[in-house]
Amino acid sequence: MSIVALVVTEDSKKKVLPGGTPVFIASNAEEQQKLAHNLSRVLGAMAHDLENEIIFIVKH
Amino acid sequence: MEQYSTIILSGVVFGTLARLLMLRNDYRLYPGYPHGYVTHISLGFIAAALGSVAIPALAEKDFTAVTFLALAAQQFREIRNMERESLARLEERELVPRGFDYIEGIAKVFESRNYLVMATSLLVSGITFFQDIYWGMAAGVLALAIALKFMGGETVGEIATVQAAHLHFEGAFLKADEVVLMNLGLKEARERILKEGLAVRITPNDDNARLTLHNPGQRQAIIHTVATLLGTKIEIGEYEFTPIARKNLDSGEICIAMVPNEPDIECMIEAVKRTPVLESAKRKPLSNSIGRLAAD
Repeated sequence: MSIVALVVTEDSKKKVLPGGTPVFIASNAEEQQKLAHNLSRVLGAMAHDLENEIIFIVKH
Repeated sequence: MEQYSTIILSGVVFGTLARLLMLRNDYRLYPGYPHGYVTHISLGFIAAALGSVAIPALAEKDFTAVTFLALAAQQFREIRNMERESLARLEERELVPRGFDYIEGIAKVFESRNYLVMATSLLVSGITFFQDIYWGMAAGVLALAIALKFMGGETVGEIATVQAAHLHFEGAFLKADEVVLMNLGLKEARERILKEGLAVRITPNDDNARLTLHNPGQRQAIIHTVATLLGTKIEIGEYEFTPIARKNLDSGEICIAMVPNEPDIECMIEAVKRTPVLESAKRKPLSNSIGRLAAD
């Protein structure tokens, strides 16, 4: 199980430090949902919400 | 005393009949029809034949016949391993797997049914040898009744009560009553689960049941049964609607949630109740004095 990607907004991008996991920056919550959806489908992974405007994609 | 041909034939007939009666094609689709059927019936016939020749062979003072039974036991063990491996390989591609405990149970049952067949034919041929065919047939009917009794086992409905649970979200966390199930990041998935999802709550009747339901293999067996009977909206690469079972840590109650194809809560409750209790998952702490003391 590993985090394969992060989807953040302009407000939450400062809560993430670089560490090797790809980070996608969305301009708003709607785009964040769309990015998370597309990434989860393509990667065959699941999107989870940290409830601080960060969504992370995990391969279970 | 009857002729050897009558003795052996009666043993083979009742042994094969026992195997046919023990075959069950239901929602589990095991054995797979029709080739699985052919394999199981053939092996049952072989077990019946081996069991029925043992007594006549011993009567002829051919004591090496007993080694055939040992050989048969070894063969049936090999076949059990083969069944287990083949089911385990198929498991890798299942979207809602049975779980290795369930597979082990299936493989064990497969092996034990062949032994029951051997015992049935041994009993019938033995009684026919010492008495006559009519006593042999009576023994055969009794052996069939005992073999069918062995087929039955406990179900979840006998060790626990099952009722509907309320699915809701607290933030991104899906909950069934007070039990947290999983975190879902996608809003459309959350809406769909609220609209189409179903959940049940399984309350164990006693401490034995609580420990049995705690077993992940047992929970996976319940999930697999419900998913097989009601269908599920899971797809390859889309895991939001994976059926999930989680425990209330304090009470030991299990909550199960899924998005079924057939949205019928009564059927889901019934499906959970009919799930067999796995032998490997069964626990009985109350049979032990320490367990009984701790339960007070």
